[in-house]
Amino acid sequence: MMPSRIAGFIKRLHLGRRAVIAFPLVWLTLFFLLPFALVLKISLSESAIAIPPYGPLVEYADQTLNIFLNLGNYLFLLSDSLYVAAYWGSIKTAFVATVVCLLIGYPMAYAMARAPGRLQLILLLLVMLPSWTSFLIRVYAWMGILSNSGLINNLLMGLGVIDSPLRMMNTQFSVIVGIVYAYLPFMVLPLYAHLTRLDNSLLEAASDLGSRKLNTFLKVTLPLSMGGIIAGSMLVFIPAVGEFVIPELLGGPDTLMIGKVLWEEFFLNRDWPVASALAMVMLLLLLVPIVWFHRYQSRELEE
Amino acid sequence: MMRSRRRPSFTTVMLVLGLLFLYLPMVVLVVYSFNESRLVTVWAGFSTQWYGELFRDQQILSAVWTSLEIAFFAASMAVCLGTVAAFVMTRYGHFRGKTALSSMVTAPLVMPEVITGLSLLLLFVQMAQLIGWPADRGMATIWIAHTTFCSAYVAVVVAARLREVDRSIEEAAMDLGSPPVKTFFFVTLPVIAPALAAGWLLAFTLSLDDLVIASFVSGPGANTLPMVVFSSVRMGVSPKINALATLIILTVSLATLLAWYFMRRSEAKRQSVIQQGEGV
Repeated sequence: MMPSRIAGFIKRLHLGRRAVIAFPLVWLTLFFLLPFALVLKISLSESAIAIPPYGPLVEYADQTLNIFLNLGNYLFLLSDSLYVAAYWGSIKTAFVATVVCLLIGYPMAYAMARAPGRLQLILLLLVMLPSWTSFLIRVYAWMGILSNSGLINNLLMGLGVIDSPLRMMNTQFSVIVGIVYAYLPFMVLPLYAHLTRLDNSLLEAASDLGSRKLNTFLKVTLPLSMGGIIAGSMLVFIPAVGEFVIPELLGGPDTLMIGKVLWEEFFLNRDWPVASALAMVMLLLLLVPIVWFHRYQSRELEE
Repeated sequence: MMRSRRRPSFTTVMLVLGLLFLYLPMVVLVVYSFNESRLVTVWAGFSTQWYGELFRDQQILSAVWTSLEIAFFAASMAVCLGTVAAFVMTRYGHFRGKTALSSMVTAPLVMPEVITGLSLLLLFVQMAQLIGWPADRGMATIWIAHTTFCSAYVAVVVAARLREVDRSIEEAAMDLGSPPVKTFFFVTLPVIAPALAAGWLLAFTLSLDDLVIASFVSGPGANTLPMVVFSSVRMGVSPKINALATLIILTVSLATLLAWYFMRRSEAKRQSVIQQGEGV
């Protein structure tokens, strides 16, 4: 046993409590927050042929302290229509995919929440199971299905419906199918969580008072599941904007997305400052959705 | 039921269609892993040759091992970190830095992977310049990166459980003079253990699955399984990858089935305890 004097001393200092708070706080500050500051810093530096490939921000020579803030990378992003098009393409694609996910996911979650108790757990596991396998492999599956010599084209040509293969692979369509497929479970999960919490007596009250089914849905169910809609939509939209694997494997020349552009800027062009500037602008564009999601999530976390 | 419905409702139809949408592509993957032809899309007869080739592929096998090792340690650390974060968020009331902590716990859930990956790489490069560590990027840097983003998922799972748990038991233990640490380990922890297990498994699969972040923070030394699969898949479809996919799907399905069995059993036990209680 700990001598009571030491224990008392520790208690007075709230040392235990502070240490417990500090552990996650320090780790996340060091490995999550600080890295963003570095991205900002390097986005303001000049690209250089060096290891690492960027110039210094602060230099001390001849008794003068020089601070370089190079806005060139940001101006470069604006001047080249490729980047603007990639941002716009990402947001558009992610938005369409989120709406499709919501349209498929809401009725699914609704049916799950209304299913008999024992079945609910099975359905929940069935929806989540694909997301526990490999993301990469699930995207890869669509390469074999959508390509010109793929399953759908073979099937349709075998049946004589079409003479020449439909071009589905490497299009906007295939990218959206990929995103919807990969992210659907993340839409269903929060929706289901909200819809099961829905108080049945409210629906009964509405129907007792003569509200029609559609009306009850629009005025009671939908507003009460708004939290789930927001959470699910953000869980799909935000990562989809920065998606790299799906446009890389299923996309083509006309499906420009910013995650892929950033990847290529970093790994192929080795232009770290431009890649950092791309990340900063993406973060800025996603700030509102991220804050929105966080507000919802922290309510869930602290309630 | 209040009234019998002959026609299944719209939402039920959508649920069935949605599940078909989720599972048919995986079925296609599995079926074509047994295809004799190299062309993944033409059926040429049943064969298990691609499984043989998969198990002779040294690169894939060593990548599997690397990934499992990283995932094991990342999930374990993420459970520690995430549980403490969840506990602090749900039990400590207000403290300085709470908003910062809750932001940093929820942001990784939605942060695009390319941003997380790039930012961590820049951190490791800067650290190497300043303190000389990490001199080589590899398993250690991937471990840190995975721990960080996985702990956010663990925190959400564990916090959900902590909110459900009846707080009066913990308070009773404290009132009877149990110090906070003891209360946590002997009262709180046993109750939230299932959530810890679920969080660990989730973190484990997330770490195994990550391609983008690992690609950024890895060095020449460490190739994880997704990195190897990705470089192969980029070249087009290959039946060997289908064989690998089948094994992954099989493993995850078995694990899920097992989890379901245990959840159902514990639920049944709880029900019978409640019924016995009512009988008395």
